[in-house]
Amino acid sequence: MSGAFAPAPGRAPLRTVVASQIRMELTLTARRGEAVVLAMGVPLLVLLGAGLTEATNVPGDDRLAFVVPGVLALTVMSTAFTGQAITTGYERSYGVLKRLGASPLTRPGLLFAKTTAVLGLIVLQLITLAAVGLAVGWRPHLGSILPALGVTVLATAAYSGLALLMASRLRPEATTGAATLIYVLMLAAGGIMFAAPDLGTFGWFLLPLAAHAEALRETLSYGGSVPTAIWLSLGTWAVVFVTAAARTFRWE
Amino acid sequence: MTAIEVRGLRKAYRGREVVSGIDLDVARGEVFALLGPNGAGKTTTTEILEGHRRRDGGEVRVLGADPGTAGSDWRARIGIVLQDADDAADLTVGEMVKHVAGFYAGPRAPAEVLALVGLTDRKDSRIRTLSGGQRRRLDVALGIVGRPELLFLDEPTTGFDPEARRNFWDLIRALAGEGTTILLTTHYLEEAEALADRLAVLAGGEIVAQGTPAALGGRASAGAKVSWRVDGVLRTEQVPDPTPLIRELVEAKTDLSTLTVTRPTLEDTYLALIGAHR
Repeated sequence: MSGAFAPAPGRAPLRTVVASQIRMELTLTARRGEAVVLAMGVPLLVLLGAGLTEATNVPGDDRLAFVVPGVLALTVMSTAFTGQAITTGYERSYGVLKRLGASPLTRPGLLFAKTTAVLGLIVLQLITLAAVGLAVGWRPHLGSILPALGVTVLATAAYSGLALLMASRLRPEATTGAATLIYVLMLAAGGIMFAAPDLGTFGWFLLPLAAHAEALRETLSYGGSVPTAIWLSLGTWAVVFVTAAARTFRWE
Repeated sequence: MTAIEVRGLRKAYRGREVVSGIDLDVARGEVFALLGPNGAGKTTTTEILEGHRRRDGGEVRVLGADPGTAGSDWRARIGIVLQDADDAADLTVGEMVKHVAGFYAGPRAPAEVLALVGLTDRKDSRIRTLSGGQRRRLDVALGIVGRPELLFLDEPTTGFDPEARRNFWDLIRALAGEGTTILLTTHYLEEAEALADRLAVLAGGEIVAQGTPAALGGRASAGAKVSWRVDGVLRTEQVPDPTPLIRELVEAKTDLSTLTVTRPTLEDTYLALIGAHR
């Protein structure tokens, strides 16, 4: 038995460490499967309710062309911001972040693993919702998919940054409350289910959800390009909040 | 070789000082216990040594590096058993150990670690179904899976049943016996006495005594209380060394069937130290 208890430390290559963490984040997400389905419940209800009935007042004749991109944008916010803020807030209070802080996983490594897992989940959700949209008659312009993906990556980064910032600064209960409130406010003011007051360019800078939804409509539904102001708005949100999160994120 | 070297460590929260200039030296391979009442500064001190908290003042070297700035290679050399972790409730015990093992280049085999902490039969259980003591044993498993040089144990046996605590002590002795340095904080004085080579008592952010469990706070020279009964009547004498008194009693052919000799226990000494500080 000699040597069985002797110290022999050493860290695995960083790539292995991060890959292992991504696998764990995905496993945990899959285990919370019911939460993931619930998170898609609201977007699905909005898609079918506002897209197929006259329940709300939307601009234009083609209801699906307005509603489906908005629902896709809403899902990105729901997963990258609301879901991630709540999960990370509780992880902090449960000590998981402290444990990871004690391990060879670095802070950038953890943020990278979380972002990758969230991106994977968002891709799955968007494919599902887009498929439902197609099934009920939405006809997107696939030629404009690249700028649509571009703004989606920016929106995801901005939401993740804000989520991690809140989770590391507030108590988990406060994070949950604030994240839910912001979700509801954005949903109401963002022009997803019904036409919201047009705040113009200012609205895009104030409400990233409105900016993202509008960019997806312009590209996917109408085959156009993303307005420069939206690139600027989402780019600013992403840079500001990712930087702030990376600077201030705390392990405990 | 020194594993932990602390000089003049200070830390305040919102102006209230919780660690007020402490010095510590822990040699490699040593088991060192930090004792003290709640709020004495044990956890804050430990967290600074682990690199989880910034210090306000003083010098700290842990395995030759400043924990405030040390990188992931240094982190791989330390193991931490958290006091209050409640994470990853939806993973199974086996998955969690395997996951953390994946962070290290040459980890202990997950099955071996589970056997060491007595959780082999809970391998496939979700972590949320573990009892409090089992959860702490999992924390111990996660702390040692990377074969650390230095292991931090923050009140590790809270909620353990007596058998689990004995097994844990055996495990710690085995690790220390082959060179792992261990810093232990605990409320259980018999645990400190059973495991520690040396210990320090913290009170109000200061070290009020430091030494071996046998000699702490002048315990070795505190003398002894000798008691016996003569015709049913209790006689008690407090003496620096009981030997001459007992010899006298033997020579006087006193009936010594009721003789007791007691020295202050670690608990007596500890309570006296804490009491004197207040």
